Formats: sequence, C-alpha cells, structure tokens
Amino acid sequence: MHNTHVIDPVTRIEGHAKITLQLEDDGTVSDARFHVTEFRGFEELCGGRPFQEMPALTARTCGICPVSHLLASAKAGDAIMSVAIPPAAVLQRRLANLGQIIQSHALSFFHLSAPDLLLGMDADPSERNVFGLMASEPEVVRRGIRLRQFGQEVIEKVSGRKIHGQEIVPGGVAEPLTDDEVIEIGYKTGEAKQTTLDVLAHFESLLVTRFGGEVKNFGNFPSLFLGHVGPGGRWEHYDGALRVVDSQGAIIADDVEAARYKELLAEAGNTDSYLKSPYWRAAVGANGSPWDGIYRVGPLARLNVATHFGTMLADAALQRYRGRTGEIATSSFHYHYARLLEVLASIERIEQMLGDPELTSEFVRAEAGVNRRRGVGASEAPRGTLFHDYEVDGDGLITGVNMVIATGHNNLAMNKTIREIADAYIDGPDVPEGTLNRLEAGIRAYDPCLSCSTHALGQMPFQVQVVRPDGELLTELRRD
Amino acid sequence: MRRTNSAPSRPRIATIWLGGCSGCHMSFVDLDEWLFELRRHADIVYGPLVDRKDFPEDVDAVLVEGSVTNTDNLELAHQLRARSKVVISFGDCAVTGNVTALRNLVGEPGEMVYRVYAEHPDRDGQMPSEVIPDLLPQALPLHHVVPVDLFLPGCPPPAPRIRDALTSLLGIDDTPHGIRFG
Ligand code: SF4
Repeated sequence: MHNTHVIDPVTRIEGHAKITLQLEDDGTVSDARFHVTEFRGFEELCGGRPFQEMPALTARTCGICPVSHLLASAKAGDAIMSVAIPPAAVLQRRLANLGQIIQSHALSFFHLSAPDLLLGMDADPSERNVFGLMASEPEVVRRGIRLRQFGQEVIEKVSGRKIHGQEIVPGGVAEPLTDDEVIEIGYKTGEAKQTTLDVLAHFESLLVTRFGGEVKNFGNFPSLFLGHVGPGGRWEHYDGALRVVDSQGAIIADDVEAARYKELLAEAGNTDSYLKSPYWRAAVGANGSPWDGIYRVGPLARLNVATHFGTMLADAALQRYRGRTGEIATSSFHYHYARLLEVLASIERIEQMLGDPELTSEFVRAEAGVNRRRGVGASEAPRGTLFHDYEVDGDGLITGVNMVIATGHNNLAMNKTIREIADAYIDGPDVPEGTLNRLEAGIRAYDPCLSCSTHALGQMPFQVQVVRPDGELLTELRRD
Repeated sequence: MRRTNSAPSRPRIATIWLGGCSGCHMSFVDLDEWLFELRRHADIVYGPLVDRKDFPEDVDAVLVEGSVTNTDNLELAHQLRARSKVVISFGDCAVTGNVTALRNLVGEPGEMVYRVYAEHPDRDGQMPSEVIPDLLPQALPLHHVVPVDLFLPGCPPPAPRIRDALTSLLGIDDTPHGIRFG
C-alpha cells in the first residue's frame, strides 16, 4: 500500500516548493512538511561589494518585491552613512512601497489565488488559472490586471523601472519626482480604488457563502504576530517600530527598534528545506522547541498589531473585518482579506501624499561616507517584515550580510497550516486532486515569495509524499 | 510558428523558472491586458501561473528564466529541450548567468551552504540535505547545458521586448515596440 503523497511542484506560488505528507496505515496524517529547494547564495556573493551597490544587487533576490529589498538595503546604507535622508526622499520611498504593496497583493489575489477563490478549489486544474479565469470572469481579470499595473507604474515613476529600478539609493533617492508624474499617478487612483472596493465587497460576500470551511481549517491557530506600527499604533509599512501581539491581543513587545532583531528572533535550521525557521526567542524555554515561538508576519499580522489605518475607507473596512475575525484574526485564510484592506489603505495614502508639495522637492539625497561599521535596514514587504543587516570595512566594502526575509518568518506557520488542512480534509490514502489543491491553497494564502526567502539557497517545487511510520516511501503523488 | 501536422491546433507556449529571481516572469505579467491577446492566439500550457505539474510534450516555444544551478534545473533543462521546438533564454540569468552566477566567484557550493547554515552562531548546525536537490558546482547559462534557439536579454527583459518576441513568433502583429537596432 502506498502512503506518501508528494505535490511537486507547488504551483501558482512565487517560487519552487514541495509538500510531503505522511499517512498512517489507517489513513490519518502523521506528518506534513513543506520544503524549499533552491539556494542562490546572496549572503555569500555580496562580500567585497561597495554598500552603495547593495540595493541594485539585493533587488535581484526577488523580482516580485524588489522595492522591499531596495528599501531595506538603502536604509541599511543610510545607517552606515549615519544620515537622516531628505523629507522628499522619505516620501518617494514611501510612495514606491505603497505601489509595491498594491501590485504584489493584486498579483497574489487576482493572478494566483482568484482561480481557487472564484472557480473553486475543486475546479478543473487545466482551467484553474488566470487564463481560464479570463474566459469565465474577463472583467474581474481585466480590472485586477489594471490594478496591478497601477502599482507597477507608481514604482516605475519613483525607481525608474517597474522591476529592479536603480533610483532608490543609500542617502535617499536619485531623482526628484516631477509634477507631471504626480499628476499621472493622480489620474489613476480613482479606478484603482473602485476596483478594490468592488472586489472587497465580492470577497466579503463569498466569505459568508463559500469559505466557512477554509476560514476554520486554513491555518487557524494561536501564534504571535510581528509587524511595524507607526505613532499611536497606526498601520505602517516603511518606518515605525516593531510590535508583537499574541492571539488574545496582549502586547508582548512594543516600540522595538528594527536593529535589535537579533536579540528577539532566533533561526532554527532544517534538514529538508533551504528555508530556515525563525522563532520568537523569548517564548522558547531552555529545552523548548522552536514551535513554542511560532509567529506570523505579513498582512494578517500587520492588521493584528495595528489599531487603525488612518484613512477613511480602509478604517471602515477594518471595522467590518474585525466584526468577522474578532479583535485578532487567527485564521491564515484571512491573509486574502487583509491583503485587500491593505490595497485600499495604500491607494488612500497615495491620494493623501500626492497633495504634499514636498513630494516634488529637488532635495532628494544626502551624501556621506562610512560613519558606522554596521547598518540595519527594515521595511514591511508585502509579505511581512524584512531585515537587511550589513557590516562594512572602512572603505564601505561589505564584510558581512544577514537578511531575514518575510516568507522565512512564516515558515513554521506554513508547515502548521498544511498539517491542519491535511488533518481536516484527508481521510485515507486516496487523496483527491481538489484536496491537494487545498494544501497548495493553504500555502498560497501566505503568498510566499520563495525566490526571496531562499535568497540563500533555493528552489521550491510543491510535492506531496506519503511516508509510512517506519519511513518507507509509499506514494509520490504528482498531478498531471 | 507553423505546425506541420494536419489538424490545425493552437500554439502551445510554456514558461519556466530555473535559478532566477522571478523578475523575468514578473515582466511577462507586465504584459498586462495584452495577456488577453496572447490567450486569443496561444495556450499557456505550463509555468508558474498554471497548475500543471510536469513539463508537457509538444511545446512550441518555451521561455526559460534563470540559470541552471542544481540537479533539478539540469533535468528540467534537458526535458524542456526534448519537448519544445523553440527554446528561448529569457533574461540575463539564462543568457549569461548574471547575478545568479556571481556565486561562482565565491567558491565551492557545499562550503557556502555550510557557512550559511551551519556556522552561524545562532543555528543548531543542521544542514539541509534531504529532499532538496544538489547544487551544481557552478551556476550556468542555459546554452551551456542545452542548445538554445533565441536569446531575450535584459534584467528583466522589458515587457515590450517580450511582446515583440511573442508577436513575431506567433505571427500576431508586426509592430515592433521594444527592439531597436543601433
Ligand atoms: S535576469 Fe534579472 S530579472 Fe531575470 S531572473 Fe535574473 S536577476 Fe531576475
């Protein structure tokens, strides 16, 4: 009898992964593991490079959220130079990150997950993709594409290109923004906002009619939540300080500077994945396991740590959200919902910023040499908190690099989520295709970005293996 | 792209991601609403956006992002070559090795993995060794491993350049957007 299922590769995610499931003879699940299989060695290959070059280089860890790396890297450079960057540069960088949140969340929702959400988890796999959705829901796809395009165009205006822009640099940004560019962005916010409001209303109705089971079973467990907040607990994505809350909403840590991340977080290694498993150090006792320190980052966590958005429509939506999820949302299925709220808030914030005359100031860059040997930069990437930590010599050449990537923080949570889904939906060794897709959808809820997360090593095919209790490999299930 | 068999069938396009950052695929997604046009003329039969798990037979053209970095990539490279008429090196990592190949300058991959995973003070010394594929000694451009028909450079290639390549391959439209000579 065959008892190992392998889904390989996991599709419609941003990277390469496998899933292995181990079943007992009676068909109950004994283990579920998520593997990331790529190594690229960024921590190694940056050695000896000037820190000024790091934003452009580290952006190449990820083509989906290059802006997050540009920002964290440039901020680490600011710290090495020990400068406060000009206000216009702060505004431009914030603008780019908002564009990035919009485009990346739109990609996750429309291009990758909408086929599950709108066609159904059990829909025909050959049609269950964005191209299939073009036939059945062309207007939804068209509007989703245009929403993402809006985010990409905002990024292009600030950083010079849609992908791997060169204009976010240590000390600020390279070029002032022009009045024309500001006007062009302004023309498009209305459509973007309307699309988001419409899809949000649609998703809210589906939550009631279709996704009760997913909300209950897709990673619905207590954990800590980590993210940046701004003054007064406002939702934040670029500056601010770290806050950690638990599932009851108690604040476990607050007002923590990003540079202290190493005191708070530890990383466990894995033998079956290039993705490490960070955990919250203080929650793990002397002989405790990393699982005691499980935490989540990203949209779900940011809404849990923040008290409010500070923009009108997004705050109204947040009230409805909390009416459904409770004060703290513990189901990872709500990552989708949280993402839509963040898109709305990002569009509203962009609208607010466009009226600020400082945005087009010609003073955009501080110049300085090396004034510190270490610099830590952090930003809230679409998928969660990102840290770049550099050490340099007196000439500014890199001697050490550590990057803690958003998707990595969620590694333990992703593993726990597929275990929960397997327990809820698998009954015996015959696992139907729709159930395999549910496992993948559980991973997709986190919108993992595996090229980033395995910046160190890695590729991630999605694969389900069923292994017997004695370790014998029984089935490798691949879907064709 | 002409098919010789009798039944007229739609061109079959695949995209694949080896050792890259996905930026080339994001640039493909930056085709935006033109993706509707693409769908009118061709089927996307494999790639990160669709659910198929194995590389299909009878592919007309495949866009290959990334360089060949591990044993999985190597196997896929041979498979996609055997099953596709036109193989396109899609972006600088596939064309030259680019950033992905910078690791070649640093040294032997096993030692790198050891430094990144086992030597850091905070880690328990566990090394990834099960399930995951072995790294090749060097990250290689695609044409070092299999013959390549077309090269589409850029990091990433801008969307208009991708569009031009696809329109000329598919014979859709002859207005060049991104390719300039001189
Ligand atoms: S060529 Fe550039 S954009 Fe494409 S995968 Fe390589 S680093 Fe990423």
